[in-house]
Amino acid sequence: MNNPVSDGYSPTELLVCTAARMMTDNTTAFIGTGIPMLAASLAQRMHAPNLVTIFEFGGTGAIFKTLPIAVGGESTFHRAIAAAGLCEVMEAAQRDFIEYGFIGGAQIDPYGNLNSTVIGEYYHPKVRLPGSGGGNDVGSSCWQTIAIMRHDRRRFLEKIDFVTTPGYLSGPGAREAAGLPPGTGPYRVVTNLAVLGYHPQSKRMLLLATQPGVTVEQVVENTGFELELADEISANPPPSAEELHILRTEVDKDRLYI
Amino acid sequence: MEVIQSGIGQLIQKPDLNAFREWNRQKPKALIDKRMTEAEAIDRFVHDGDYIGTELYGTVRCPMSLVNEVVRQGKKDLRVVGQGVYETDILLAASLVKGMDITYIGLEVYGVSNVFRREVESGRVETCVEWSNAALAARFKATAMGVPFIPIRSMLGTDTLKYSAAKVVECPFTGYPICLVPALILDVGLIHVHRADKFGNAQIDGISGFAAEMARACKRVIISAEDIIDTEVIRCHPDRTIIPYYLVDAVVYAPFASHPGEMCYVHVRDEEHIKQWVEASQEPATTQAYLDKYIYGVKNHREYLELVGWERLERLKAMAQGVDNEQPCI
Repeated sequence: MNNPVSDGYSPTELLVCTAARMMTDNTTAFIGTGIPMLAASLAQRMHAPNLVTIFEFGGTGAIFKTLPIAVGGESTFHRAIAAAGLCEVMEAAQRDFIEYGFIGGAQIDPYGNLNSTVIGEYYHPKVRLPGSGGGNDVGSSCWQTIAIMRHDRRRFLEKIDFVTTPGYLSGPGAREAAGLPPGTGPYRVVTNLAVLGYHPQSKRMLLLATQPGVTVEQVVENTGFELELADEISANPPPSAEELHILRTEVDKDRLYI
Repeated sequence: MEVIQSGIGQLIQKPDLNAFREWNRQKPKALIDKRMTEAEAIDRFVHDGDYIGTELYGTVRCPMSLVNEVVRQGKKDLRVVGQGVYETDILLAASLVKGMDITYIGLEVYGVSNVFRREVESGRVETCVEWSNAALAARFKATAMGVPFIPIRSMLGTDTLKYSAAKVVECPFTGYPICLVPALILDVGLIHVHRADKFGNAQIDGISGFAAEMARACKRVIISAEDIIDTEVIRCHPDRTIIPYYLVDAVVYAPFASHPGEMCYVHVRDEEHIKQWVEASQEPATTQAYLDKYIYGVKNHREYLELVGWERLERLKAMAQGVDNEQPCI
């Protein structure tokens, strides 16, 4: 058994529960590897039984029996509506049938651009990361993108080393100018410290809510760029006993992630 | 059409669709028995310097029996396209790869690929070109359609595009910027399927990734199959033929060919073995020892399975989720 931290839940559990609450019943959501999978499974068991999950290799509308650990595994199309292929899914996103896209990255900038390709200079990287995978496609074509990240100054940077996945690029109007579909883009960032959105005019990241026990100052200190602050910054409620129970006994009962 | 931006990545394989047509015209259209051993298939259809593709999702349905044989035969200076996890790692570990079109090279939950880093940093992999997943699938699809490029609305505005070989043009119909990705014609595709007949007609259960597109983008296709079935099974359910025989050059009977990866409905992934590879791949010496044991140290896939052990394989089979895996017909 993994031990939850002293205040009753681990940072991963907090991320999962916060992300799960953003998954709306009767919507379509592109689910990336890791925490989005746990969040989708939790959301289905809590408030969103009709959440239609979509995985990049074709799984559409699965009802999770076991936790998917890879985006092409059996769980991604268990009792699904369709077991399609990669083109079908990507083309559906390109036609605006996938409402939410849940993804991650190693670095994020104020405009929600994500890096999952290299740390350092491209031709002489400090760390070569896996690359775009489906990330760029989700950030390009899904209606609204939700990034799930650990929050610290090495990850939240004014300028990231490589723009793998488009957020608002260089700011207002930049997505449309680049040819990306109008009205699409980053919507939320869920972290262990906060829930963030984007300022409607400047398109820069906007602090909306702090996670339990976290102050606005702590969020600002752990962000490597100037954050916009919402007029009213709310306090995000902690994971409920029910959420934690379902997460631990049903979603990830083998404790692969939490 | 005005070109607004050109990616600075190298176009590793030129999209010569006329040459592809000529090649395809020469391919036999007769229903002939193409069953052979993996040794014969790789020897006849994979050559040094070839551009090869493996069709899979993560470690699901990865064509390991064929990849291992490529390594045993030491086919070198390969160019590869990936979506790669364990199978690309093995090719890289054997230092057989010279150029790569990549979208994702890594070990999923186990993080970055050590051999990828070593091969890139040492310069043995000379060329890396970035793409998104949809972009690579669209490149296969362009070839499958027999056209030199496809417009997509991915990669626009990003460094992924900058370091690719894509182009952004002003769309002649709408005036909007649009990304064009070039058709990718592969010399050889390696695909593992649930079942095929002796001619190469193949069925895949569950999701199909980019199998249909990639099979149609290859000059040569080598199929390995969990089961070899009678053509009557194919004819009873022609709607299930995802790869028709005329694309296929070789059919290899290979149960558990995705090991240590998984085959949906058939067997789960061998997590312990994957962890063993993740561990071994940390250092060159342990990487070599792994290759010596599991690839160079066995003659063929059959011997590999014996080395892994039937009891272990049966256990992986028993753990597969209980969706019925009966033959669709007869």
